[in-house]
Amino acid sequence: MIRIRITYEKGEGMRYTGNLDMQMVWERTIRRAGLPLAYSQGFHPQPRIQQACPLPLGFLSLDEIVDVWLEMEEPDLECIRTAIQKASPASMIITRINLVDLRSPTLQTRVLSSLYQVTLLEPIPEADLETKIFSIQQAVTLPRERRGKTYDLRPLIEKLEVNSSIPQSFMVQLAAREGATGRPEEVLLVMGMDPFSTRITRMKTILMEVEI
Amino acid sequence: MLNPHEIQARLEHILPRVEKPGRYVGGEYNQVIKNWDSVQTHVALAFPDIYDIGVPNLGLAIFYESLNDRPDVLAERVYVPWLDMEAAMRSNEIPLYALESRHAVRDFDVLGITLPYETLFTNTLNLLDLSGIPVISANRSIHDPLVIAGGHATYNPEPMAPFIDAFVIGEGEEVIHEIVDLHQHWKGSGGNREELLYLLTQIPGVYVPRFYEPTYHPDGTFKSMNRLESSVPGTITKRIVGKLPPPPTRFIVPSIGVVHNRVAVEIMRGCTRGCRFCHAGMVNRPVRERSVDQILSTIQSALNQTGFEDIALLSLSSSDYTQIQTLVERISQEIASPHLTISLPSLRIESFSVDLLEQLRSSRQGGFTLAPEAATDRMRNIINKPIPSEQLLETARAIYSRGWQTIKLYFMIGHPSETLEDVAAIAELCQLVIAEGRKMIGRRASLNTGIATFVPKPHTPFQWVSCDTEEQINAKIRLLQQNLRGPGLKMNWTDPRETMLEAWLARGDRRMSAVILSAWQKGAKFDAWQDQHHDHLWLTAFEEHGLDPAFYTHRTRFLDEVFPWDHISPGVRKSYLLEEYQNSLQGILRGDCRQHCYACGILPAFTRLRRENPGNGWKCPEVGSAPSSSQTSPLLEREG
Repeated sequence: MIRIRITYEKGEGMRYTGNLDMQMVWERTIRRAGLPLAYSQGFHPQPRIQQACPLPLGFLSLDEIVDVWLEMEEPDLECIRTAIQKASPASMIITRINLVDLRSPTLQTRVLSSLYQVTLLEPIPEADLETKIFSIQQAVTLPRERRGKTYDLRPLIEKLEVNSSIPQSFMVQLAAREGATGRPEEVLLVMGMDPFSTRITRMKTILMEVEI
Repeated sequence: MLNPHEIQARLEHILPRVEKPGRYVGGEYNQVIKNWDSVQTHVALAFPDIYDIGVPNLGLAIFYESLNDRPDVLAERVYVPWLDMEAAMRSNEIPLYALESRHAVRDFDVLGITLPYETLFTNTLNLLDLSGIPVISANRSIHDPLVIAGGHATYNPEPMAPFIDAFVIGEGEEVIHEIVDLHQHWKGSGGNREELLYLLTQIPGVYVPRFYEPTYHPDGTFKSMNRLESSVPGTITKRIVGKLPPPPTRFIVPSIGVVHNRVAVEIMRGCTRGCRFCHAGMVNRPVRERSVDQILSTIQSALNQTGFEDIALLSLSSSDYTQIQTLVERISQEIASPHLTISLPSLRIESFSVDLLEQLRSSRQGGFTLAPEAATDRMRNIINKPIPSEQLLETARAIYSRGWQTIKLYFMIGHPSETLEDVAAIAELCQLVIAEGRKMIGRRASLNTGIATFVPKPHTPFQWVSCDTEEQINAKIRLLQQNLRGPGLKMNWTDPRETMLEAWLARGDRRMSAVILSAWQKGAKFDAWQDQHHDHLWLTAFEEHGLDPAFYTHRTRFLDEVFPWDHISPGVRKSYLLEEYQNSLQGILRGDCRQHCYACGILPAFTRLRRENPGNGWKCPEVGSAPSSSQTSPLLEREG
């Protein structure tokens, strides 16, 4: 058995495919690629596919990561990559495939943070955007309430800056550890903007460095 | 009309705000994207319900694949938006668009709508309206697509006649290409819309209501269908294919959950059993089978191209597929795996069916489904589905004892000659079935009963029969509710109001179209959805047009009554249906017509096709090889 790590982009056509559905998309993609998907043991064997970090519905991504276990030895990664790309929906672009040690910790536990690019669909003056960003940067705490629980958003914001290369957009890096996940929509709400009137792209999933 | 970029830009603002936006974006594996400008004919294929229900439709899958196989044609998909999305589209002035290219439906050359059941009629009007296409055919211009429709509900096209430019009666596999060819020819000649409609009347199996006008007797009954042009056919006989073509394999693989995610393979078309209530059994004759080899290679290829985990082998009566044993053996040897679920619905009630399903069973087993329909011999003789209770119980014992915990039984109530005793017998039989289950596997045994209500469908031997009254249906359902209680028992039934709506629409004449239009204008849509009741809207619409719903549903027809659908022929003769109606009144059974031809009329209607397709592919007798000018063989005259 081998474990491969697939890094891919999730584009326009997959934008509204949620996390659970992505599990199914991957299962079918691997089968179409003709690769021997490994299943868990037990009465209801499940395909062994693990996604790194859930991407909220409606987000695009340049850096999604999934681990897939295959019942094979001595893999030709280039062949696997070609087969998977060919079997993928058009909006799923494979950017990298590498082998991972079978004993390596699960992907989810290794995610540290996520870098997002937020583009406004309803333009505001650039100066206003800068002011909003500045006031968040200056804030010491940003108490928020989500699903009946209060929390401080500020420590979850690791980076927040205007994106000089693209107008009407900014970059925000948010913690994505288990139990400490910042959401770009929350940042937008603090800025007094409607999260639905934006296009959000995950630019990078930042993993904890470990030995392989 | 907005162009695809403008549509896309507006969509980005509204999609995050609607439920399940994945319904509205396309992009699935196996979708076909072609260069809009490099093809001659653009066809939009529409299912008038939401994406989740429309995607698995096998009919549209057939057209999608076969049209896109042509280099000069592109076919794209259209479904109707759910209520929230419709509101958002209307308020943002986004026209209905096709998923692949985001082109507005109105930009297509042909809009093909499938109408497998009647409760899609109001959605069809909504679909046209959302597309910016006038809902009335006569109001359309050269800038509107040609609107065609087909499917089981169009065997009585009259209620939808003013809204559809042309109906395709019967099997569309060949006709769709003939229509596209004709459209290309017509477009090249620079003709007008009226000319296109007329040309379409010359394709066998195509009905263009524009050239027909119904007349009525003073009492409101139908008198005749008059032709407005002498050169259009007086009777439109359905089209069939002599040999079933290779089935589709490149199914759309949705990126979100839909009702069925599966490879569906039609193993056989038609049914020889002759159940008298069954519309599909009458209109899909003759029986034609696919070869085991073709089915196997289709499954294999479709699995490779979709990665699906479910396979459904479809037919009206799987047990009657001649090579069923071989098929099941080869599937279990060559295809089955622990991660695949294979379903074989419509099995006969006999223990052999249990043997069959046992061979296909995977770890993820569901219930075992059977359709006895009736529980007394009297009713079984009336509907021509004679399965003795003892045979059902024996089958139930086999099912429970071989590892299934759930049996699903489908019964039908509401035939006007059915008594409360006949209904009580359904509950008694179900109690006997669950008792067998308890004996075999104790408390784990469960029985789900589905109660459907009879609708006397056109082109069946029951087309002369009345519907049961709503009070009577309710009384029957109450009786079942009282007697179908107990551990392990569950019962589902159809709301009688839904049944009535289906019956009005199924049995309507052209006057009914005004009722449909009014009901839709008042807000009726999604009539197939149990939570979207518009009963009062329909009744008001009837009243507005001076029509009495009971006239359509609660009236036994005269034996010599002309029906509004008599100009549409499914190949089965009206005289044969009448004979079968009279047999039902006397409780006379008729056997499987594979054993003995009862001359339903299919062979005389399709003599040439049968001659071109000799042998076992059809389950009708062979016809003589000598060309016959009379179109009938002596064998068939015998009973006719």
